[in-house]
Amino acid sequence: MLELRKDIFADERDDNLKEIGKGTQRQDMLGHVTGTSTYFDDHKLQGMLHLKVLRSPHAHARLRRIDTMEAERSSGVRRIIRGADVPRNLNTLLSLINFGKDDEPSLAVDKVRYKGEPIVAIVADSPREAYEAMSKVRVDYEPLAAVFDVEEALKPGAPVVNEVYPKNTFIYHDVYDHQKLRFGDVERGFAEADHVLEQRYQMSPIEHAPTETNGSIAAPDTNGRYVVYTSTQALFFSLDTCAKILDVPSNTFHFIGGTVGGGFGGKVDTLTEPLAILGAMLTGRPVRYQLGREEEMQFGSPRGAERIYIKDGVMRDGRIVARKIRAYFDSGAYTRLSSYAVVKCVAHLPGPYTIPNVHGDVYCVFTNRTPATAMRGFGVTAMDFALECQMDKLAHLIGIDPMEFRILNAYRDGDMKAHRREAKNTALIECVQVAAEKAKWPLREEVKRMSSRKDGGGSRAAISPTPREPEPQRAVASQQRTTYDRAPPAPIHEPPPTAPPPPPRPQAPSPSHGATRFSSVFGTRRR
Amino acid sequence: MTKTALQFRHNGRDVALFVDGGVNLLVALRESIGDMTPKFGCGQGGCGACSVLIDGELHLSCLTLAETVNGRSVETLDGLKDGPNLHPLQRAFMEQFAAQCGYCTPGMLMAAKALLDRNPSPTRAEVIEAISGNICRCTGYEPIVNAVLAAASSGRARA
Repeated sequence: MLELRKDIFADERDDNLKEIGKGTQRQDMLGHVTGTSTYFDDHKLQGMLHLKVLRSPHAHARLRRIDTMEAERSSGVRRIIRGADVPRNLNTLLSLINFGKDDEPSLAVDKVRYKGEPIVAIVADSPREAYEAMSKVRVDYEPLAAVFDVEEALKPGAPVVNEVYPKNTFIYHDVYDHQKLRFGDVERGFAEADHVLEQRYQMSPIEHAPTETNGSIAAPDTNGRYVVYTSTQALFFSLDTCAKILDVPSNTFHFIGGTVGGGFGGKVDTLTEPLAILGAMLTGRPVRYQLGREEEMQFGSPRGAERIYIKDGVMRDGRIVARKIRAYFDSGAYTRLSSYAVVKCVAHLPGPYTIPNVHGDVYCVFTNRTPATAMRGFGVTAMDFALECQMDKLAHLIGIDPMEFRILNAYRDGDMKAHRREAKNTALIECVQVAAEKAKWPLREEVKRMSSRKDGGGSRAAISPTPREPEPQRAVASQQRTTYDRAPPAPIHEPPPTAPPPPPRPQAPSPSHGATRFSSVFGTRRR
Repeated sequence: MTKTALQFRHNGRDVALFVDGGVNLLVALRESIGDMTPKFGCGQGGCGACSVLIDGELHLSCLTLAETVNGRSVETLDGLKDGPNLHPLQRAFMEQFAAQCGYCTPGMLMAAKALLDRNPSPTRAEVIEAISGNICRCTGYEPIVNAVLAAASSGRARA
């Protein structure tokens, strides 16, 4: 039996790992304060070339002709890269997890769909020579009508932004043009409500503006491999994306990163690596592709803008009885990660509250704006902003303290959420109580005593099975099975399917939700 | 392209190099001398990541033509520590957790050094003013201000 002599390394790590409650120094702090942390651009390689990209000045235009003749002859130019040079010039980031259709070229070929879209890459001896050559590229644009508003983009006759998605919406499961959430009956809820409040919320796109701009340096390595120094936040995600776009095995690349000058979600899109590597492949030299600040702002993807409509039905006693949400995520011209943000958003509805009737429709919409991407809690952040503004307005409307209003409607352990999952490990009430205490916000005694826990706790980490609607029984495939299929043939008469879990049953209100007085306020609302 | 001969003191050592016309000090330091401590953030004087001291005064190296430092003295973060010993500002930044991604840190440290060199006992407001040209997008300004104040008071303790 071979065993690691842990005692040799005993002074390196305390296996007890009692770290909570004390400061622990970052491993990279010495490098940071001495300026020796190596970011991608701190690698200076022999014979390094510089790549700059010609970008579209139009938000939407057909490319009639791209003339690079004069630019090719410009001094210091080593190579001009066009869309036809990219082995697989169509990709979508989440194709790596089998989600979405390839919709975005590395270099535009027939059309540009947003201002700043890359058209031609120029590899030259110096950045200045690359820029000089860029000014000599002639592009004949045919400007097209553009659409910048999510709701305009969904109207009949709106310009088609991206032909891969002709209705200007991302398509889920090849069928659905948006994500839906249905729970209870909102219309009945509104009919019964004492007040109904409908509001519109509009977010702006937000630029991450990392102090270090996106960039990478790719260099030929031994045995036909390439080493890539990169600012990416997602090293293997970027590596795999490059392998797909450049159509080579993923072990062609040795990605080196990890020291990132601020990312916040703006460095997951593999914006620079594919062209830097392609430049290195085509020239046999190290190639550096670093975004300038203006490019970072114009071409580097922001947090997407969202438009959100919320309609709530609320009772005079403070209970929210219905919540209807319609939201549009502005994905820009390509999908990137917005389709996923929408899924996350719908999974978050109706916020951390127990509401018996919920209705959600959220769309991932294409417009002629810079493609949006990840940013710190994307999909949830803007929706939460809208929901919490709405909560304040509702509290004001019925004249109840906004903190108490949240505690009153907070989900508690055992509540059935709109996704038909039982709430577990909830702690909103405790969060509001602590926030109120820190802000010296007076709460009434009985509100201070309320708890998210039901019956004093219990197993908090367990995840209950998701109750499902009964599905119509599928007919057994009747065609002949192929001979190489070794699985036993499906029986003609299927055994009766196991009964689906029952739909959520209304539960008796639990007095342990808090003070008795508040339980009576909830009445039979809780399920 | 015409090259211009250039001599200046870089962190106390004389350096001589040729630069292309129009090259800024940031590029000259990073690409000709190999001092990677000043960082490129915007190239427009907006972020302070490239801050260096020229004859003891704080300057943005991305907006300084390399030729203009001829015969002058340039200090960067690379010259801040004294042999193996960290500068009090560097120690304070470590102790106060005043860096996250680290990219603004070289510029912050130079801005802080410029302040403490001319004003060893700054107020909190003076520290905030002194680093107001340096952007930290990880939003770690509070620990940075604390670190500069801590370095100032440790300097006073030694004096």
